[in-house]
Amino acid sequence: MSKIGANTQNLPLLDQPIFKKIMALIQFLFVLVLTFLGLLAITFFIGRVIPIDPVLAVVGDRATQEIYDATRTAMGLDRPLFVQFFAYVGDVFTGDLGKSVSTGRFVADDLMRVFPATLEMATLGIFIGVVLGVPMGVYSAAKEGKWLDQVFRVLGLVGYSVPAFWIGLVGLALFYGHLGWVAGPGRVDIFYEGLVEPRTGLMLVDSLLAGEWEIFWNAISHITLPAAILGFFSLAYIARMTRSFMLEQLNQEFVTTARVKGVPEHVVLWKHAFLPIRVPLITVIGLSYAGLLEGSVMIETVFSWPGIGNYLTVALLNADMNAVLGATLVVGAVFILINKLSDVLYRVLDPRSR
Amino acid sequence: MKLSSEWLLTDSPETKGQALAGRAWRMWLALLGNPLAITGLVIVVALVLVSAFAPWIAPYSPIGQDLENRLLPPSWAHWMGTDELGRDIFSRVVYGSRLTLMIVLLVAAISAPVGLILGAISGYFGGWVDKFIMGVTDIFLSMPKLIMALAFVAALGPGIENAIIAIAITAWPAYARIARAETLTFRKAEFIDAIKLQGASPWRIIFNHVLPLCTSSMIVRVTLDMAGIILTAAGLGFLGLGAQPPLPEWGAMISRGRNFILDQWWVATMPGFAIIVVSLGFCFLGDGLRDILDPKNEGKS
Repeated sequence: MSKIGANTQNLPLLDQPIFKKIMALIQFLFVLVLTFLGLLAITFFIGRVIPIDPVLAVVGDRATQEIYDATRTAMGLDRPLFVQFFAYVGDVFTGDLGKSVSTGRFVADDLMRVFPATLEMATLGIFIGVVLGVPMGVYSAAKEGKWLDQVFRVLGLVGYSVPAFWIGLVGLALFYGHLGWVAGPGRVDIFYEGLVEPRTGLMLVDSLLAGEWEIFWNAISHITLPAAILGFFSLAYIARMTRSFMLEQLNQEFVTTARVKGVPEHVVLWKHAFLPIRVPLITVIGLSYAGLLEGSVMIETVFSWPGIGNYLTVALLNADMNAVLGATLVVGAVFILINKLSDVLYRVLDPRSR
Repeated sequence: MKLSSEWLLTDSPETKGQALAGRAWRMWLALLGNPLAITGLVIVVALVLVSAFAPWIAPYSPIGQDLENRLLPPSWAHWMGTDELGRDIFSRVVYGSRLTLMIVLLVAAISAPVGLILGAISGYFGGWVDKFIMGVTDIFLSMPKLIMALAFVAALGPGIENAIIAIAITAWPAYARIARAETLTFRKAEFIDAIKLQGASPWRIIFNHVLPLCTSSMIVRVTLDMAGIILTAAGLGFLGLGAQPPLPEWGAMISRGRNFILDQWWVATMPGFAIIVVSLGFCFLGDGLRDILDPKNEGKS
């Protein structure tokens, strides 16, 4: 028996567990870097290759040949494409995303300023999605095929079929316009704007730190509706995945054994069946969190929420390419990072996948 | 040749035609037994019919303005009310179905074959070809789709054609993954070896023998993706990057109704119902087709 936990010192270097772990880590980092380079290649391609003549976009079509050539050299466009790409990668890694035409500031600074607003909404959204979605999935699995399951299933499919911006507008008209239950667009009412010192950039946290309860409750009333709508979209996915994981567990023999032994049903559900699926659920939640960062683009536009999605759409309408690509890059990078991290977390936490 | 259910359901069909007809008939019967799938099929067929016969169904012109009757609430004369230029919203929704149908069909027609062929090549040849194609696919798969589509449209310029191209660029990787997985399952099958021994070239094998076997799972996946494509296209339209005015694209219509949402709710709300119904239709149909065409998924939902 002692062999199982045997000391591994006699093993050759390549079979040492620690070596394997390091190799896995290196492989993970390699894939991550490669994916980031892929993302950069795509934004580079969009920014410098698709536009027919980026020089013309800068100097206008009435510039003289000398100005045109000088600008072209200044922009580095006379160099081979791959040299331009590496210069671009270098710029991005030093935090230089160029200047925004519409705000006149550096894109990187703009993004730092708007990102917390998106983070705040997406975090509250995923919280709502998990708190409601997981129990929904568990109970639909428990009542497989019954009406409760059917209702949740249709609700889930609706989550895949409703345009986020539409439900935002309808929600605004209903809960703000007619019922007056929540506050309207924006993060706080206009007369509270700028009263709280932005320490973290998260309005809820900042107002609490400043002890401004009035502003805190106002911010809550502003964030509830957009976060709930975002949450609804993650809920559909989380509930569906929870249901299918649970069904797999509920068909296992140890669940039958527990039931035969007379274990109460809620214990069977939440202890025997639910505990083993926590780990795959983390991956699902990670994926939906990343999805929410993306989904917030539409919601932010509808709710005039000053986050990264709103920044992106305003830049799109002004054809402000530096800002568009910067925002795309940041959302893409966060998306990739969360994606890959939840994948790794799964492997670390689940002993079966080691 | 008599067309009866015995002839269709026989276990020993005499001709290829009979076997194919029998298979189609069995699928049809399975579809009939699935109420959600039938609902989906009815909606999709209705979409096709409405867009085909739009001029006969729509009571008014989709672009004709009538400023005296602007922003009228829904009534018998205008089922869905009128918009800020006095145009009948119902007629615009009816004509908008043509744009929606065109978008989903074109996106599917561009991205599915590309994904299918790349996936089949990747799975069939294996080795470095596989590593390279799947590496690129994985990179595309780990990008946020909507953001990518937005950035592509920003570079290409707004417009419905560019929106279609942008969505297609983000849609193909999922199909490549599926086609590769399918190809791997029968790459080592005996019938492929038999064709190889007869001297068939790899391309002949891929196009004549591998691709046809991937189509059923591809159809399921494309149908399920339709809802997502419709939502993305509507989103681009809503942001003003998709179809341009005066085209009655549903997303763009919602965007115009945004300014009136508090008082004239119908302007923005009505096109949204059309989007939901059509997307749900594709979801239901895709769900049902998956149960029917994909025996691996039997019993799961």
